[in-house]
Amino acid sequence: MTTNALRMDKPVEQSLLDSGVQGIIGKGIERIDGPLKVAGQATYSAEYDFPNLAYGFLVRATFPAGKISSIDAEGAKAMPGVVDVVVDLKTFIRNAQQGGETEAPTQGVKDVAYFGEPVAIVVAESYEIARDAAQLVAVRYEPAEGVFTFDDHVDDAIKPPPGSMPPYHSQGDLDAAMADAAFTIDNVWRTPSQNSAAMEPHASIALWDDDGLTLYGSLQMPSSDKQQLAKSLGERQSKVRIVARYIGGGFGSKLGISPDTVATAIAAKAVGRPVKTVMTRQQVFDATVRRSNTQQRFRLAADADGKLTGIGHETLCSNLPGEGYFEPAGQATQFLYGGENRIIKHDLVELNRTLSGSMRAPGEAVGLLAQENAMDELAEQIGIDPIELRRINDPAQDPQKDIPYSTRSLTRCLDAGAKAFGWEQRNRTPGAKREGDWLIGHGMAATTRTNMLQPSEAAVSIGPDGRALVETDMTDIGTGTYTILAQIAGEMLGLPIERVAVHLGDTKSPPGAGSGGSWGAGSSGSSVYLAAQALREKLAKAMGVEADDLTLKDGHAIAGNRRVAIGELVGDGITATGSIEPGKQEKETTQASYGAHFCEVKVHAVTGEVRVTRWHSTFEAGRILNQQTARSQCIGGIVFGIGTALTEEAVHDDRDGRIVNHDLVEYHVPVHADIPHMDIVFLDERDPHANPLHAKGIGELGIGGAGAAVTNAIYNATGVRVRDYPATLDKLLEGLPAV
Amino acid sequence: MHFTINGQPHQAEVDIRTTLLDLLREHLSLTGSKKGCDHGQCGACTVLVNGRRINSCLTLAVMHQDDEIVTIEGLGTPEKLHPLQAAFVKHDGFQCGYCTPGQICSAVGMLDEVEKGWPSHVSATLDDPDFTDDEIRERMSGNLCRCSAYPNIVDAIREVADAKQPAQAEAAE
Ligand code: FES
Ligand code: FES
Repeated sequence: MTTNALRMDKPVEQSLLDSGVQGIIGKGIERIDGPLKVAGQATYSAEYDFPNLAYGFLVRATFPAGKISSIDAEGAKAMPGVVDVVVDLKTFIRNAQQGGETEAPTQGVKDVAYFGEPVAIVVAESYEIARDAAQLVAVRYEPAEGVFTFDDHVDDAIKPPPGSMPPYHSQGDLDAAMADAAFTIDNVWRTPSQNSAAMEPHASIALWDDDGLTLYGSLQMPSSDKQQLAKSLGERQSKVRIVARYIGGGFGSKLGISPDTVATAIAAKAVGRPVKTVMTRQQVFDATVRRSNTQQRFRLAADADGKLTGIGHETLCSNLPGEGYFEPAGQATQFLYGGENRIIKHDLVELNRTLSGSMRAPGEAVGLLAQENAMDELAEQIGIDPIELRRINDPAQDPQKDIPYSTRSLTRCLDAGAKAFGWEQRNRTPGAKREGDWLIGHGMAATTRTNMLQPSEAAVSIGPDGRALVETDMTDIGTGTYTILAQIAGEMLGLPIERVAVHLGDTKSPPGAGSGGSWGAGSSGSSVYLAAQALREKLAKAMGVEADDLTLKDGHAIAGNRRVAIGELVGDGITATGSIEPGKQEKETTQASYGAHFCEVKVHAVTGEVRVTRWHSTFEAGRILNQQTARSQCIGGIVFGIGTALTEEAVHDDRDGRIVNHDLVEYHVPVHADIPHMDIVFLDERDPHANPLHAKGIGELGIGGAGAAVTNAIYNATGVRVRDYPATLDKLLEGLPAV
Repeated sequence: MHFTINGQPHQAEVDIRTTLLDLLREHLSLTGSKKGCDHGQCGACTVLVNGRRINSCLTLAVMHQDDEIVTIEGLGTPEKLHPLQAAFVKHDGFQCGYCTPGQICSAVGMLDEVEKGWPSHVSATLDDPDFTDDEIRERMSGNLCRCSAYPNIVDAIREVADAKQPAQAEAAE
């Protein structure tokens, strides 16, 4: 089979998507998987039926730290309908794995490290029986000392190993810059633990046969998840297949395998039957992954003109002992604004709390709260428009790496957004605008998200019927992957969208990038582009012309004065594989998407209740592949940001670290009534340094800064600065203007 | 037990602990109704029982002898979508699609409540209130969407409601 491989060592100046004439790329066409989803016929992981299927239910430790001495399952096994209680203290995984890792996560559950850690699994004939029997399993243990409170242990923080960025960076002399500055900000922000709360709980169905294991799982990155699972089980990779065709949201929580994945596989092997395990909502909170709480000292030093001379972002987060993953809160601090004296630091407090890992925009989602609040405070101190402050500090090149930006659109977004929102008409004096019982405020904030490319492969074939098929183990977690891959293939091959089928989420297909880090569209889309490019060569050859002289449209190849149906040019069918990988462009340019948020809030003058009443965001993120799904992705991110600003907080019990509010009634995600109409605009851009599509990530762009825009608006409405997220009304009451 | 589900009679032996949701999903292979929380907190499991919307995870199957149950599968098929299903596709009223069957069933029930003149928490009057977008938001707030398709869901419901009741739509403006 032909493979068209590309490493992004050089910019791709011309994208074939700009010369395509099918006219479907970029259009806001409806999702091709839409009809199945709205009719309830898309099959999520727990929704496959197999003969003789048994039900698994996880048994969890109800203590936060200790050594298991025995597990007494006799009572449970005696219950009619119980097939078995499977205990494997060595092989069960302690916690979920981080995204993209190719090794097993921390394995072995004899030493319990957090409250709710899964330590056994009951298998029964029905869900109800399995759930009841799990209550009868007695886990005996010797208690151990645990470390549960963050505030008491910040002095024990350790320097974590490098993650998506180095933990420490320092240049120049920030203390001197602060001492010399005309204006300074030096404050501490705090953000709580959070949960992705994807609406579909983590779920697994495991089946063993002569070919090995098939695992239907709610997993965002099947190709690396397969490696994690194979290593956890001690199986060869060729013996493990993962299927994840539809995923009910992920937001980072399903990047790596979770305890149910391994437990279900072990159970199915032990009982010799297919087993299905669906986590309860409480188990999702307790035993998958949270976004770490953070504490962030943010400093700004500016000269008399408002030009930054220094930035300091020193952060703390928490994770399980030995995990090493840190919340990269300083991610955007590295390149969003200038200033020659800089310190960025991430330290980690090891606690016996649920694993922390990626949740939508790890780093930016919380780091930009501090940064964009600090910029708002600085603008006020200087007495200039916060947009002007950002414009003054929009650097010509990356201030840390001294390399160019691939594109830089921050100021364009600020200007266009300000105009669309009517920023000129904003309230200018905090606490001064009142309508009845409500104080009205306006706020803005910038956002950015680092653009990443991941290795990704896809196969594209055209059959004699003139239809194309795209195959990759890439996933669609609601992001619109099915649709944009069909659009790319259709544009490249001159096929109407109905003539392109897309098969995703099966590791039998070529390994895709998986959904995470906003890299899915750019990476997986590029692999489809490259495969289709190779097919264009084949079609050109069949037509006897150069590919450049070939026009493909509406299922026909056109060259010279000939117009031939594509299906007639492919014999029994043609296939090509496309393969993309990151290269020098990643090191030679700083690549990111940008945006600006503007919002209006009203704060109840008596109760402190906050309502978001108006929203506008302008974004620039390279080529937008589908206006409609891109808009939805950005709205999704913004609403996460509103939740972060106002309501979301996973509360840990100081005595045992457990998450007290581990359900959807107590952990408050935004609901319909919390969200106004959203005005979203994309500016047109192409980034040839990013990938052949010239597109950049948007899945996490919306969340960055969105929460800061809300709290900046709350300040504008009330005169109260909240730096301890979320800005619940108890934090506003005391500072509200006299009624 | 006997139920009518999507117009078809069904006989089933059920465990007294089995919820209506698990009956649908695990026993009758009607997996369109989703389980997001199993505790009445998210609305993903919303179905229509005798015409009214209900969280099917919060009710036991044995409580529904002879009831008429309509699930998302009974509203339309991919080939022949119900107007609300079609409007959700058109307005991108979903992303992952997991909350969607619940949103749509809930919207069907909600529009019926509005037609009957039932007020909500945000209604200005108790009598035949205007059907504003805030009414949609309030009345749909039991259906969580973590993908946050909320604005698009409101647009989809608005379009269908306006098509149904042009006179009332004008009054709301
Ligand atoms: S599953 Fe029934 S309300 Fe959440
Ligand atoms: S579409 Fe994903 S939760 Fe609503």
